[in-house]
Amino acid sequence: MALTGWGRTAPTPALVERVRDEADVREVLAEAAAGGPGRGVVPRGLARSYGDAAQNAGGHVLDMTGVDRVLDVDLAAAEVEVEAGISLDRLMDLFVPLGMFVPVTPGTRYVTVGGAIAADIHGKNHHVAGSFSQHVRWLDLLTADGQVRRVSPDSDADLFWATAGGMGLTGVILRARVRMKPIESSQTLVDTDRTPDLDSLMTLLTETDHLYDYSVAWIDCVAKGARMGRSVLTRGRFARRDELPARRQADPLRYSGSVKLSVPDVFPPRLLNIATVSAFNEVWYRKAPKRKRDQLQSIPTFFHPLDGVGAWNRIYGPRGFVQYQVTVPFGHEETMRRVLERIATSGHASFLAVLKRFGEGNPGMLSYPSPGWTLALDIPVVAGLARLLDELDEQVVDVGGRTYLAKDSRVRPEVFERMYPRIDDFRAVRARVDPDGVFTSDLARRLEL
Amino acid sequence: MIDALGSVGSLLLVGGTSDIAVATARRYLQERPLRVVLAARDSARRTTVAEELRTAGATVEVVDFDAEDPKSPERMVAEATAGGDVDVAVVAFGQLGEPERLAHDPDAVAALARVNYVAPVVVGTVLAERMRAQGHGVIVALSSVAGERPRASNFVYGSTKSGMDAFYSGLADSLAGTGVSVLVVRPGFVRSKMTEGLPEAPLATTPEAVAEAIVTGVRRGRHTVWVPGAMRWIMSGLRHTPRVLFRRLPI
Repeated sequence: MALTGWGRTAPTPALVERVRDEADVREVLAEAAAGGPGRGVVPRGLARSYGDAAQNAGGHVLDMTGVDRVLDVDLAAAEVEVEAGISLDRLMDLFVPLGMFVPVTPGTRYVTVGGAIAADIHGKNHHVAGSFSQHVRWLDLLTADGQVRRVSPDSDADLFWATAGGMGLTGVILRARVRMKPIESSQTLVDTDRTPDLDSLMTLLTETDHLYDYSVAWIDCVAKGARMGRSVLTRGRFARRDELPARRQADPLRYSGSVKLSVPDVFPPRLLNIATVSAFNEVWYRKAPKRKRDQLQSIPTFFHPLDGVGAWNRIYGPRGFVQYQVTVPFGHEETMRRVLERIATSGHASFLAVLKRFGEGNPGMLSYPSPGWTLALDIPVVAGLARLLDELDEQVVDVGGRTYLAKDSRVRPEVFERMYPRIDDFRAVRARVDPDGVFTSDLARRLEL
Repeated sequence: MIDALGSVGSLLLVGGTSDIAVATARRYLQERPLRVVLAARDSARRTTVAEELRTAGATVEVVDFDAEDPKSPERMVAEATAGGDVDVAVVAFGQLGEPERLAHDPDAVAALARVNYVAPVVVGTVLAERMRAQGHGVIVALSSVAGERPRASNFVYGSTKSGMDAFYSGLADSLAGTGVSVLVVRPGFVRSKMTEGLPEAPLATTPEAVAEAIVTGVRRGRHTVWVPGAMRWIMSGLRHTPRVLFRRLPI
């Protein structure tokens, strides 16, 4: 069965094994270890990584989505103990009504807890809350030797911080205990601001980001010249119960996060071209309010607008797309501007880009967030894109920036090496817990991790 | 691994000192640094090529390969993949033979058949086996327009190319669904060390043009490419030319 990531590029076949519990995982691990060197095994969750992180050509892939039980709930401490294959969507269904929200959510609810740790995902609250792994009290990792190790920032910290952001290459995360975020209501209070260009956006974010729990800006990256970087900034926090309209106060935690419709797989390549994308961006920018305060929005509307449409990745057609996500440290705003400018003028149609300010990073060896600006944009696969992105990588790495493994499907290995100076620490941990290289993936092979 | 945008990480050149093989490596190196495995006979030329590709940014490995030794292909592929997966393997070795000698010397005919047909199909079999196991990869086979319809002036060469072309075209179909694909390349007359001193045929091309066609063909997931592209239509015409006419053509 040929697998791809969310970007639907570079498919490779693998033996996909759907597992339900630890015993199943062990069985597959033994099979993979016996399967000869080099092919190995990698765990796969809901496959929202854009590239080849959860692919393993010619080897085994563990479908972890069936390992999804809730093992323990501590309402007083707002902690849950869950199996790794459970999705954030399910966690919200179960725990929002009980007054707990996931500590960190990306732009989609359809990721598993195991994937969230393996990619050390971040969300709109990174500047105040950090990334997902920082809310994991401990995790149970089944390593290549068949041992289950309970690791945490206090117990085998090296293995914990190699696993957080380690893209499934240190072992199989079986269970984790996660600190949830207590909430009084399932509604968010959102402020929206439209900014005419990149400078005004960055200034506004720098000056007022700390006043909000959640913040993100959507940039029109087709607009050129003076309008380059025009954007819609939305920031918010969860509403307290007494901030809800009276009729909602009786049931403040009511929540429903269902998919409304799904995109059929019928889109031709090049449907998203510079003309259609420009038109869309224009409408989208004009329809946003110039300035709006304290608007009540549901969790799906504020956090996961794209989840309302299933399989939206199909609109990019059969050739697929890449997401280019990079950070540049504070003080190098000029580089971010040049990257945006280069993409705006390249003629590569990119839908809305997302810009956010990161807070402090964590000790994760391959963890992506670090203090600075992060930009993410989707680009359909067309000729000439490889060179453009290689060129942008050079500018980014020269100022100490990096790309995000969960999104990557094309960075050059030697450039990656410069982006993550702790890569050798990561390799040392892998050599310790998996000396025979049982855990591997297309991503690991491509980047020689 | 070939990445989402078709960039290649490792390249195996079987017949690594041929002009087309070297041009292909150079063309790939214009895009990115990559790992290149040169499989060829131990020769001064191999050393020179390795050095040249290193200077151009490649990480070069050298392995022995002798098309006249039946045991060579298996050993070569094992050694070439010991250091990691091969993304693209180019089967680029072959000889033209001397038509005058081939007309009378059965040993020379047998030798050419071994180098141009037996060795490539054995290499193809071993490579396919290895790539099937790794679940990805592209095999590029250098065929020739001469295989499309052998002509009187070099029909022994033409027949070997015809055979290996048929093998790789069939191999391509047999690999459907395995993650592995095959690109059959059919160049016309290529100005190279193999054709040095021969009179040029119409639409003569260069190793660089063939390399360009290979890189583009691999990126686009093609199964057959002709170099130059017009050859496809010309050969299609020639294929249907009546024999009486065909054998009188000055080609």
